[in-house]
Amino acid sequence: MALLQLSEPGMSAAPHQHRLAVGIDLGTTNSLVATVRNSMAVVLSDEQGRSLLPSIVHYKSDGGIDVGYAAQPMQALDPRNTIVSVKRFMGRGLKDVTHIESMPYDFVDAEGMVRLRTVAGVKSPVEVSAEILKVLRRRAEASLGGELVGAVITVPAYFDDAQRQATKDAAKLAGLNVLRLLNEPTAAAIAYGLDNASEGIYAVYDLGGGTFDISILKLSRGVFEVLATNGDASLGGDDFDQRVYCWILDNVKIGFPSIEDTRRLLLKAREAKEMLTARDSAPVHAVLGTGEQINLTLGIQDFAAITETLVAKTLRPTRKALRDAGLTVSDIRGVVMVGGATRMPQIQHAVGEFFKQEPLTNLDPDKVVALGAAMQANVLAGNRASSEEWLLLDVIPLSLGLETMGGLTEKIITRNSTIPIAKAQDFTTYKDGQTAMSFHVVQGERELVSDCRSLARFELRGIPPMVAGAARIRVTFQVDADGLLSVAAREMTSGVEASITVKPSYGLSDDEIAGMLSDSMQHATDDMQARNLREQQVEAKRLIESVDAALDEDAMLLTEDERLAIDGEIVALRRLIDGQNHRAIKAGMDKLNALTQEFAERRMNRSIKRALTGHKIIEFKV
Amino acid sequence: MNLDFNQDFFALLAQPRRCRIDIAQLDKAYHELQSRVHPDRHAHLPDAERRLSMQWATQVNEAYRTLKHPLQRARYLLQLAGVDTEHESNTAMPAAFLVEQMEWREAVAEARAAGDHHELEKLMLRLQQQAANIRAEIEREIDVAQNYTAAADALRRLMFIEKLEQEIDEALEALES
Repeated sequence: MALLQLSEPGMSAAPHQHRLAVGIDLGTTNSLVATVRNSMAVVLSDEQGRSLLPSIVHYKSDGGIDVGYAAQPMQALDPRNTIVSVKRFMGRGLKDVTHIESMPYDFVDAEGMVRLRTVAGVKSPVEVSAEILKVLRRRAEASLGGELVGAVITVPAYFDDAQRQATKDAAKLAGLNVLRLLNEPTAAAIAYGLDNASEGIYAVYDLGGGTFDISILKLSRGVFEVLATNGDASLGGDDFDQRVYCWILDNVKIGFPSIEDTRRLLLKAREAKEMLTARDSAPVHAVLGTGEQINLTLGIQDFAAITETLVAKTLRPTRKALRDAGLTVSDIRGVVMVGGATRMPQIQHAVGEFFKQEPLTNLDPDKVVALGAAMQANVLAGNRASSEEWLLLDVIPLSLGLETMGGLTEKIITRNSTIPIAKAQDFTTYKDGQTAMSFHVVQGERELVSDCRSLARFELRGIPPMVAGAARIRVTFQVDADGLLSVAAREMTSGVEASITVKPSYGLSDDEIAGMLSDSMQHATDDMQARNLREQQVEAKRLIESVDAALDEDAMLLTEDERLAIDGEIVALRRLIDGQNHRAIKAGMDKLNALTQEFAERRMNRSIKRALTGHKIIEFKV
Repeated sequence: MNLDFNQDFFALLAQPRRCRIDIAQLDKAYHELQSRVHPDRHAHLPDAERRLSMQWATQVNEAYRTLKHPLQRARYLLQLAGVDTEHESNTAMPAAFLVEQMEWREAVAEARAAGDHHELEKLMLRLQQQAANIRAEIEREIDVAQNYTAAADALRRLMFIEKLEQEIDEALEALES
């Protein structure tokens, strides 16, 4: 057939070519990358066979950057330039960060997100996270032997919009194509659910290094439906270290420690905590910079006592999640434990007591999130037949709303709504001849705007002058499958339409990201032109692959002429990719995108029809 | 079958257009439809398709949310029948019902002030029973009698009850934190 010969030898995508995709757990303490190889999810290790990458970034005075184990010893030697637990700063202002007093960093309070002044300049948490992601990306590409189609990056379920946006920006900055932001407990549920073929209602208790999530999920016939989620985005294993650190200071009566000693003692605190998962007591020995010696022993009872309130702090969100799901403890079939901090015996004890059952710990709590993310990445990359795919229905963790009169919040989308979701609300002008209206977008459950998280402010201008109350301004909130919000406002009554779309201001603007990208290029000899070309080539290849994937599935929906036109455009775009002109590639992509629009609609309509056939309206007898 | 983005939610989820529906069937249709349109199914496909997928998945979620919840389902049915239930001024309620509401509210406030967890839960159970009765009444009025005015009246009473349930929920939550 002539149609098949249009693609040149060696260029056509084999119908079931395996697309390289990974799942990344960007953790507070450790990060991991995993992939599905020969139908098995596996964590990818570094050259020394280590699967965890400590989430530590050391900026060196010579301009170099160490990440992971190499940076680890530097946290006590060069604490100011060695960033640990950067996840705690993602999408956060200075006032939102807890325990700031014992942190050794030189903080710069910037609008929106806090920054850190290092020997390599002022860094945003997004840039620091991107360094970790870059290492994982290189590890994956070396291990899989090719360029990645994309990655699923996990985020705490309780992350708000600003924190999610910051995570996505970091991935972009690291040159990753983000297939999806996936909630960590949901990722863990995938790994567990498919392993155990479980059905029923499960709770996922996820206590990481710096975040706590509780999710209640219903598993049925390949559908993972999140019923409710709750948590605390600044509560984790780090806080337990902090308690032990305070206990040390209380017991040795030394003066205010230097930042180096603080780091040293926090590391000792963590060691003691980890030891207590297997033993009844742990020695705490340290020599401070002043020469003072510390010789203490922390018993498991004392450890449980000083961290009791932290454990209780996780049970409050757990109760809320259950209530939001309309369930009680007796409805829960199993409790999955995720995150290294759930190794602590007092946690396992408290969770077991609360749910009146032994929690499930058969998968490695450090790896389960990355494994689940890898499985989801494999699905999103289109590597599985649709019949064997599962479906995730996740929710938004915190309500989204607008500020109204008197500093009160008007909720537009309520927490635990299944995403994607869109809601519109109409507002009107309150003054005659009013031509502008300003909006303040917030996230949170509290009644007062000042108690919620401010996401964005924007103004709608160009409203035609009318009497007060005559204008009809429709504000639409759309939350996508990543849990990210966009807001649009539009005046509806007049022929004139003014509209604006905002992305929350806590993320970085595309310009800022472009700026950071070019900064990181300063040491390279290539210029921006080369960078643009490279980016467009990757994008164009991605587009061709995606069109191929659609053609594989549904080419019969096209007439011969339409198919010829699309195939011709693909061939043309392939030629452009081999050339040097990034603008021509962009134009070629636009053409191909336009040509496939109608095809996409037909495919979608047919999908929906298929779902409904054999499912005729059932008359129900009263 | 004509697929229209604006088709009504019952048609979209292949349910009979009535108040009493089989929730298991609704769940099944919802899962089947989302299995086709969800953005996760289209993540590897071109932009146009991903955009469409998000719009459809949003619409299907909205349809499911509306039909799953008895009050919203009834309100939606009445809206399709051309009966306006949203009107704020339309709050003429039987005096006896209003007096009863005030008593409920006082009981909730007292239990809350006293920090009486147990009492709040007892109130909740009683309230849920009452809500179930009104739901049955709405079903009868819409599906059998087709008396939409009577259904709209009952629906407004149900809204009061659900508001109270929410207040108890909030009181319970406040007691816990």
